[in-house]
Amino acid sequence: MTATTNRPGPGPISPPAKPNLLYRPEFRQAVYQILLAACLIFAFWTIASNVSDNLARQNIASGFGFWNRTAGFDISQSLIAYSNQSTYGQAFWAGLLNTLLVAAIGIVFATILGFLVGIGRLSSNWLIARICGAYVEILRNLPLLLQLFFWYFAVLKNLPGPRQSFSLPLGASLNVRGLYLPAPVPGPGFRAVLIALAIGVVASFAVAIWAKRRQRETGERFPVLWTTLALILLLPGAVYIALGQPLSFEYPALRGFNFQGGIAIQPELMALVVGLSTYTASFIAEIVRAGIAGVPRGQREAANAVGLSKGLTMRLVILPQALRIIIPPLTSQYLNLAKNSSLAVAIGYPDFVSVFTGTVLNQTGQAVEVILLTMLVFLTISLITSAFMNWFNKHIALVER
Amino acid sequence: MKRATKLFATAAAVALTTAGVASAQTLDKVKKQGTLSCGVNTGLAGFSAPDDKGNWTGLDADYCRAIAAAVLGDATKVRFVPTTAKERFTALQSGEIDVLSRNTTWTLGRDSSLGLSFVGVNYYDGQGLMVKKSLGVKSGLELGGATVCVQTGTTTELNLADFFRQNKMEYKPVVFEKADETITAYQAGRCDVYTTDASGLYAQRLQMQQPDEHIVLPEIISKEPLGPSVRQGDSQWFTIVKWVHFAMLNAEEAGITKANVDQMANSTNPDVRRILGKEGEFGKGIGLGADWALQIVKQVGNYGEVFEKNVGSGSRINIARGQNNLWTKGGLQYAPPIR
Repeated sequence: MTATTNRPGPGPISPPAKPNLLYRPEFRQAVYQILLAACLIFAFWTIASNVSDNLARQNIASGFGFWNRTAGFDISQSLIAYSNQSTYGQAFWAGLLNTLLVAAIGIVFATILGFLVGIGRLSSNWLIARICGAYVEILRNLPLLLQLFFWYFAVLKNLPGPRQSFSLPLGASLNVRGLYLPAPVPGPGFRAVLIALAIGVVASFAVAIWAKRRQRETGERFPVLWTTLALILLLPGAVYIALGQPLSFEYPALRGFNFQGGIAIQPELMALVVGLSTYTASFIAEIVRAGIAGVPRGQREAANAVGLSKGLTMRLVILPQALRIIIPPLTSQYLNLAKNSSLAVAIGYPDFVSVFTGTVLNQTGQAVEVILLTMLVFLTISLITSAFMNWFNKHIALVER
Repeated sequence: MKRATKLFATAAAVALTTAGVASAQTLDKVKKQGTLSCGVNTGLAGFSAPDDKGNWTGLDADYCRAIAAAVLGDATKVRFVPTTAKERFTALQSGEIDVLSRNTTWTLGRDSSLGLSFVGVNYYDGQGLMVKKSLGVKSGLELGGATVCVQTGTTTELNLADFFRQNKMEYKPVVFEKADETITAYQAGRCDVYTTDASGLYAQRLQMQQPDEHIVLPEIISKEPLGPSVRQGDSQWFTIVKWVHFAMLNAEEAGITKANVDQMANSTNPDVRRILGKEGEFGKGIGLGADWALQIVKQVGNYGEVFEKNVGSGSRINIARGQNNLWTKGGLQYAPPIR
């Protein structure tokens, strides 16, 4: 009754009637929410029951029983053990990992290339700026599928056959079947080199933290870059030589139809990675350029005024602020790249869509289940990527006081 | 992406239609629409491929015409729907096509889990292996370690795995969605071997840049009975399509051809008279006109004619009748009698 006791004004007036339950906003809101939820549940339930009824009526197998059945087909590239004796479930994982592989490599290359081109486009060097501009305009204005066809059918398919392969330095070979690299074979004691490398990495982190603190306290700078390089390269290198170079290489050699041994990289994978990363890089370049251009001019002038060099201005003043503008649209580009990798199906790379939504769907005939799972997988990949990028964005965001 | 959208749309159609398509009478639907929707290959010479004027030609395409002739009395009333190996079953399940006539292998798995029924075998085929002559390979058993180009969504993919496993050989498959891409990759040297049904190998070799440089190995590694299929649950339509096939075989056996069908209609031979609807009411029994078989032969031809025109001696592919000859001539083609 606080409403009535606080009410100013003279004389006792009858307290306003307690509003009818129907007219209370909280009640109404709750009712609407419940109604909406009920409608949604009913809609989904109708769809689900229609699906199972219709499939049953048409004698089409349904359910996920196929998951553990033998697949009976082969996949040309798999990161997990997979043979034609494996199950559809294992084919699912093999395809998924192939997609993640392409997405991961593609994102790394696209980011590096995109940043280089984006910064290059702002260069004061006329030629570099124009080349980067032309790159962006050409690559982002051609359909991706066309570019994939170009890389696969026009470029890689014109390489010579296995018997006439190009020999590359370090014992690698390139031919129409792919890129063959020597595979490292660790000898006894190689583990010590890896341990040295790990120590080097940990130590360089420690040095970086120490140097930062020292600079904050005394203003003295420490050559972190050189120390880090020495720790990461020289320390394991010294151990490697001290132990008598315990690493040999298995070189690919032509045996029978193909090169055997070494590491083989399929032309499909190469075409897909090149196509996806150059295409996405053209968008990233524009995002980077926009990010840098979006940092107020005064920041650069202030950095000049306190005597920072051009490189330090870019690294310490411009980029950290530009990143705040760059990260959100960059996330969308990463998501696009991951989703665009499904175009792999056109050039024969065994990605998730090709293996699962292609072969598995066709061999089982269970379109509804397979398509549902596919959507779920892409949704999951995208949500995880964007959750990570959101976390990163929050991490680098300017802390406002 | 268009393909994926289409696939998704058909899947969604299967999922959402409350009135099951199977319960609809396909015959009534086809008669009402006045056209037959027939799923064919996107392009396989001899079976179904558009010619230079855009007309669909081939054995499977002519089966579509034969069904239209029997049901609608007009072999031209066909809407050809080109489907890839991957899309074909969803297209049939969703009701987008009334019959699938697309060099499709009849297997138990497909008969039991896809909601479709195969009506018969209009081409007895087997899977073959093609290699470049310059490779010097004479037998499929020498292919250990080879790379093989193959099309997705086919029995071919599975037979290939079986063949190499059985013979304890290693291989690398490179899988494409479309036949064109598969052949392009094979010709570019991406693979040592190209594999599909033997008839397809012969047909596609003709379209290669240098047909003489490729040979088909002697091994036939599987049996591939190819035939048309329809949705389950509509027995009337199933019977019609099945008997269109049988009518074409019976017509050949009885010597009724496109050229002589009108004279044969006056024949005294009771077999011929029954096929052509002069005796008995067999057309009515399956919901068609009395002249259903007569129209098939008159407008499309008997089985032998259709075979020779599209894949046999009358075509560039020039495949011998072999197993596809009538049972009376040492082949496997055998039809129950019309009586």
